[in-house]
Parts: sequence; C-alpha cells; structure tokens
Amino acid sequence: MSDWKKLCPLDEIPRLGSRVVASAGGDIAIFRTADDEVFALHDKCPHKGGPLSQGIVTGTMVTCPLHGWKIQLGDGEAVTPDVGCARSFSVKRVDDDVWIAL
Amino acid sequence: MTKQKLVMVGNGMAGCRTLEELLKLEPDLYEITVFGAEPHPNYNRILLSPVLAGEMTLPDIVLNDHDWYRDNGISLHTGKKVTRIDRKGQKVFAEDGTEAEYDRLLLATGSSPFILPVPGKDLPGVIAYRDIADTEAMIATAKTHTHAVVIGAGLLGLEAANGLRLRGMDVTVVHLADWIMERQLDKAAADLLKQSLEAKGLKFLLGKQTDELVAGESGRVAAIRFKDGEVIPADLVVMAVGIRPNTTLAESAGIHSVRGIVVNDTLQTYDPKIYAVGECAAHRGTAYGLVAPLFEQAKVCANHLAQFGIGRYTGSVTSTKLKVTGIDVFSAGNFTGDAKTEEIVLSDPSGGIYKKLVIQGETLVGAVLYGDTADGAWYFQLLKDRQNIGEIRDHLMFGSAHAGSIGDVGHAGQTKAATMADSAEVCGCNGVCKGTIVKAIKEKGLFTIDEVRKHTKASSSCGSCTGLVEQILASTVGGAYQPVQSKDKPVCGCTEHSHGEVRAAIREQHLLTIPDVMRAMDWSTPNGCASCRPALNYYLISTWPHEAQDDPQSRFINERAHANIQKDGTFSVVPRMWGGLTTPKELRAIADVAEKYDVPTVKMTGGARIDLLGIKKTDLPKVWADLGQAGMVSGHAYGKSIRTVKSCVGSEHCRFGTQLAMSMGVKLEKMLFGMWSPHKVKLAVSGCPRNCAEAGIKDVGVIGIDSGYEIYVAGNGGIKTEVAQFLCKVTSDEEVLEYASAFLQLYREEGFYLERTCHYIARVGLDHVKAIVLDKPVERQALYERLLFALQNYEDPWNAAVQKPAMRREFEILEV
Repeated sequence: MSDWKKLCPLDEIPRLGSRVVASAGGDIAIFRTADDEVFALHDKCPHKGGPLSQGIVTGTMVTCPLHGWKIQLGDGEAVTPDVGCARSFSVKRVDDDVWIAL
Repeated sequence: MTKQKLVMVGNGMAGCRTLEELLKLEPDLYEITVFGAEPHPNYNRILLSPVLAGEMTLPDIVLNDHDWYRDNGISLHTGKKVTRIDRKGQKVFAEDGTEAEYDRLLLATGSSPFILPVPGKDLPGVIAYRDIADTEAMIATAKTHTHAVVIGAGLLGLEAANGLRLRGMDVTVVHLADWIMERQLDKAAADLLKQSLEAKGLKFLLGKQTDELVAGESGRVAAIRFKDGEVIPADLVVMAVGIRPNTTLAESAGIHSVRGIVVNDTLQTYDPKIYAVGECAAHRGTAYGLVAPLFEQAKVCANHLAQFGIGRYTGSVTSTKLKVTGIDVFSAGNFTGDAKTEEIVLSDPSGGIYKKLVIQGETLVGAVLYGDTADGAWYFQLLKDRQNIGEIRDHLMFGSAHAGSIGDVGHAGQTKAATMADSAEVCGCNGVCKGTIVKAIKEKGLFTIDEVRKHTKASSSCGSCTGLVEQILASTVGGAYQPVQSKDKPVCGCTEHSHGEVRAAIREQHLLTIPDVMRAMDWSTPNGCASCRPALNYYLISTWPHEAQDDPQSRFINERAHANIQKDGTFSVVPRMWGGLTTPKELRAIADVAEKYDVPTVKMTGGARIDLLGIKKTDLPKVWADLGQAGMVSGHAYGKSIRTVKSCVGSEHCRFGTQLAMSMGVKLEKMLFGMWSPHKVKLAVSGCPRNCAEAGIKDVGVIGIDSGYEIYVAGNGGIKTEVAQFLCKVTSDEEVLEYASAFLQLYREEGFYLERTCHYIARVGLDHVKAIVLDKPVERQALYERLLFALQNYEDPWNAAVQKPAMRREFEILEV
C-alpha cells in the first residue's frame, strides 16, 4: 500500500535539477526535467553509492557526480555499458505541488 | 507520410557503417533494404587474419548480427547478388529475381581479388583471400594438405601465409618485386621483416614471375612453375596480388567508373540519386583498400543521405600495420620520400629496430617503423594534423614519451603498450589491464578511442593513459585505426561541432544562453549532456561576462555547491588564504568550525591551504557563515577557476630573497579572485631563483630576481609533469599583474574546456602567445582590461549562499 505524501511546490525544485528528501529508508532524490516532468530515485548510484541528486540532469537522465554513470530517471536503470539499478518511486503533480508515494 | 526508400547493394563494413551513421542522424527518414552477396550479416573483414591464424573464431568477428537489422527495421537479403540497376525506373534486380525500388541507392559493392591470368588459375585449390568462404577453405585445406604457395607479399598475402604456417602447412611466399610489402615499406624495413618471418618458418621467393599452375592426377593444383623454369609443389595456391573495385554492376547501368565508381566529395556518383562508398568508389582518382578511409567516407555519405548537406570528404592519409602476432611493422603517408623531403633514420639491425621519419619543411609526411611501433599512432596523429614539428624535431625520433603525449603516472611508467603483458594494468584509475582492452576491441568490434572508453572505461577518468590505449587500439585493429583530428574533435556526442567552432559561434553570433547555442549549432540532444553543458556554460560566461547568465544546473556539483564532493557524498571546505598567509584569528575560526561540526579530517591541500573534510551538505552554509565572521571567503578549491597562489616568504623575511614574494602573491590572488577558466589555474611566486614556491610547475610561475621578475607559463605538476616555459622578464609589480593577466585572459578566451594551460600551449604554441602578449602592447593592455572587467564586483559565493534564501535551498533537505 503506497502512501501519498505532499513534498513541496514544483518551483522549489530547480529545472534540470533536484532536491533531496529524507526518508526512513534513506535519502530520495527528486528530479525535475526541462519539461517539468518529475521523477524520484533512491539517492544512491548502483555503482559506488554516489548521491545521484548531486548529478547533472539531461533529458530524462542523470549523470552521477562521482564516476559519471548515467542513470535513467524513469526506471533507475544504468545506461549501457554500465549495469545496475537505483530504486525508483512514484511521484505525481497535483496543481503546483509535487507528491511522492512511499 | 510515406518514407523514402534507400537500397544498399553490398553488405560490408563501409556500407553498414554508413547505415549506422545515418540511423544516428535520421533513424526514421528511410525504409532501408540491403542486398549482400555473401550468406552472412556484416562482419569485420580485417579480422579474418586472426581467424585464419586460429586466434579468433568466426562468430567473434560479426559486427552487425541479424538482430541489428531487425531492430532497425532493415530488410536484409543475404546471398542475393544484385545484377541490374534500372536507373530510369529506380529499381534494382537480384540474380534470383528479387527486386527493390529506391529513391536513393547506395553502392557498397567492395572489391574483388585480382586473379593472375595464368594457365591453371581455375584449378581446384587455387583461391583468393577475401571473405569467410576463402578463410574456411584455407582452414580446411591445412588439415589435409602440406604445401601452400601464397602469390603476393603484400599485407594480405603475408597475413595469409602466416596463418597457413600456424595451421601447420609448409608455406612459400612468391613475390614479383625485389622486396616484400614494397607498397608499404622501404627495403631496409622489408628485409628485417623478411628475416623475422623466415624465423617463423616462412620461405620466400622474390623477383619470381608465375608462368603456370600445374594440375596433379586428382585434377587439383599440385605445383607452380615460374618463368625461369623452376617448379615447386603447391597443394594450395592463394592469390593475394591486389584488389580491383567491383564496378561491373555500376558500369552496366552506365554509371561513370574509372578504376572505381567515380564519386565527388559528397560520395555521390554521376547519377545524383546514387551514392557509392568503400572499396568500390574512386574518390579523386583513389580507391582505398583500408578500413579507416572507408569509415570517413561513411560519415560524410550518411550526412548527405540524411539531407543535412554538410561535410565533405577530401581524401585520407592512410597507415598500415601488419597483423602478425609478434611482429611489429607500421607505415604511414609518404614513406619513400622524394626530392622535397628529408629523412631521419634510426637503424639497429641486431636489435631488430628500424625507424624512418620523412619530413617536408616543418611537417612530418611519412613514417616507417619496424620492431618498435609504439609511437606509430602518435606519428600518424602528427602527420594527419599536419602539426608543426619544428620545436620538437631534435627529439622527434625518440617518440611521444619524449615529447609529451602520455601522462607520467598511473601505469607504472610504461610508455610502450607493445611491451606490456596482457595482465599489466593500463588504466590505473579504473583498474583495466591490457588483455581486457584487447578482448573488448576484438569481440565488440571497436574502432575508436571513444568506443574503447565506453566499453572498458580505460582512459575515461584522468586520461593519463590515453596514449597507451590508443597504441593498443592501433595495434589491434591495424589499418582500421584512425586517430581523431585533435583540433576538430567534437565537443561530445551531442554535436558535430568542435570546441573552437562553438567558441567562435558564441562570440560572432552574440549567443547568451545554453539553449541559444544548442539551437544555433544544431545540438542533437534536448539539453546536452554532462560533458557539453559545463563547457557551454563556461564559454558563455567567459565570452560575455556580466551579460550571459551563469547556469548553476549546468555546473558540476562542486561548482554548484561551492565545495568538493567526496566519495561518501560529504563535502570538503577550503577557506581562502590570500597568498598562503593567515592569522591567529582565522586559524581560531577554522579550529572552532572543525570542532563545532565534528569535522573528521583537517589537512593541508596540495596548494598549501587548510582543508576541512567530511562536512554534510546541509551544514555548508552554517560553516561558511562562521568562517565569514572571521573574514574568510571561498577558496575555490573545487572549481575550474583560480585556485591558489603559492608563495615563499620572500625578501620580507628570507636572507636570500630579492623580491617581496608574499606581497606579490597576495596581490595576484586578490586580483584573480573569482576567475573561472577552462580548467583549474594555479600560480606561485618565489622571491629568488631557489624557487621554494615551486613556480616551475605552475600555470603561471613568477620568480623574483634582483632586477625584477621572470614570468614562466604553462607548467603542470599533475598527470604529465610539465616544466613551465619562460615567457618574459619584467621589472615592476604592476607589470607582473599585467603580463600574467594578459596570458590568463588569452587562455580564458582561446582555451578549450578542460584544457590546462600546458595543453593549450601545446596546441597553439608559445610563439602565438608571445606574439600577442609580448609584441603587441595594445592587445596586452586590452586583455588585461577584459580580465579586470570580467572580475568586477565578483561576490563571494559563500556569503551569497548565506545571505540569499533562494540560493540556500540547494543545501536544504525536504522532510516528509
């Protein structure tokens, strides 16, 4: 059973940027694309645990700041040739607010 | 809208590479149909020799498997030879009656081996060496027969001979010329090569002309007779005397062909609807037989098929490398020389080494290397770039290790890939050894350094081992190796444009935002990648200071958070200490911060500043606020920016000092505060030539002497230790500021992103910098003023983050 929680207004997440949400299961990174799509991933790169929230966002992808792995925002899968997956969370926008399912 | 139809005849490496390039540009423009005469999908023809030698198997060398054609929606007809083109009706017909309509036709029919017109040429047991079927025939024959004769001692002939020998046959190589590989090697190198091949068990008959192939009782070839009457046994005859472009199909359709299907610089034939690439095409009178030029053609042809209409193919300089394990031969360009050229030769017959460099004026135009080919890739790069070698001529022969293309550290001092064992570590950052790289190149069919980086990670971090990886690539793929032309290298995969072109467009078109640049320069991705965005952001703010808006989201996290990210996601904080000077008050504040925020590690940085490591991102603004109370600002230890000015104590205290080094250091660091640059910039000031501040390995090094200062530039203490070069001598403090600024501003305006000053100088030459900074006082003054203008009103980013709530958000965590 997922439990929807209100996070913040959309404009408090920078375009092509991210914010970090503290949760019981560890930090979650919330990303906002150029088209105002919102995604959420466990804030840990499948490679060596780098904080994905600190990476550069391009298209629907983020580049981990530690060693440059590219992670797809939609499903958390690493882009080949790298292999690995960061857990993803459901997010939605209601009016101008961003919600997350935990 | 119905798609246009593209038909490709010939399913080889050149054609398939063209399709790959096309699909990258315009995946949906065409409905594509491919005809191939062989029953296989596209395979790596240049690796047939390792297959014959038993080092690889056939499945290893497939480049595009059936899935690739299916996934890209390409209809593939294998084993169907196209025999007719109806140009009026825009249709092609295959032998079996299959037909296909086209809007555009791409001919990639390759070449056929030339068969000597001698009696017996059609006997069983007489073959050429061209495709999988030939290779399989040789492997099968080696199991049942003894004597093999290879006619032709070119690249292909020798590789065939070597393979057959390894498969246990008694092999004789017959050659018409007086030395082997005469089209690739001079006689001295060829003689050395012949000796080593003889040591491997091959026999040679030179200056021999074949008269007849004689059949045995079984009807199969049994012997070969020469014009001089000599006869030797031959159960297998391999003809490797050259190739001929396959133009029969084109000629039958009336397409103009002279030693190949004649194409223009866009790879278009005389029929504008028909293009030709690869070995079948004659461009400016040359039909190329090596892979590298074909790939260059493929790129240009794809661009035109995609209707982009940019790019011209202007011919290739080629290099060859024999793929016989244990033997290293390399040649490139005009290796024979002529009346206008000079030669530098190193010959050590007992040591098995021969090197010849052919030079015309101040450029390298050709090279032959035998026995030690480690520098082949480097020479080839110099040759292709037509780089001026005047400054390095005296040590050119001693290779790149003496001229600086490989880093010093991280690969145990190795500079020659050929001498490394498979288990030796090449890339010290990512722990990749030589064997892994070779395996990936062969199995995945890699041809470029970028592909190797992508698949193995080798040389993808600090880049120190790039030269080594290039050597491995060059020796593994042989003639298919093509170094990138370093000056024209695209910024990243998002664009075809080079750094220089992007910089020029930003300046000339007065572009002010990243989206503007991407639109103006046809970026292929919506918002770039982690490589190009930081580069574009830097180019914009350095070209149009106070006008272009800095984009934090296009900066690497360190520059966005104004601290250095560490492996556990915490940050390090380095407060600025002007010229390396500090006070008890500052030290007390640092000690207080370290205790208050439980800083686990406090250490000195390489630039002689204090580093507080292990600070949580959320604490950063608080730490900065506390440090700011004591008057401290950001040390920018995290930026592609001015880092530090190191100084010795100078004549303030030192009994040897000739100048006030500390005060000069403080002046320089205060002047440069907030300077963003292509890469990090470090300075040092020493008060006398004892040089305690180590100014000889800094981007700008200032050394006090009794009569003033000496200024050195483009030193580097990192990946490749580079001693700074003397720029000039000045007499006053004000001149130090002006000359150092002018040099740094020139670097800021002309440098490519992530290029250190030493790389910038290697690219443009110190003479270029001298001609502006030393010889043109008006320009020097203008550069100085532009730098000061760019740095005007720079606000300490730490203070800004403390004061402005919107900036502080970066450091705040959301709660649920």
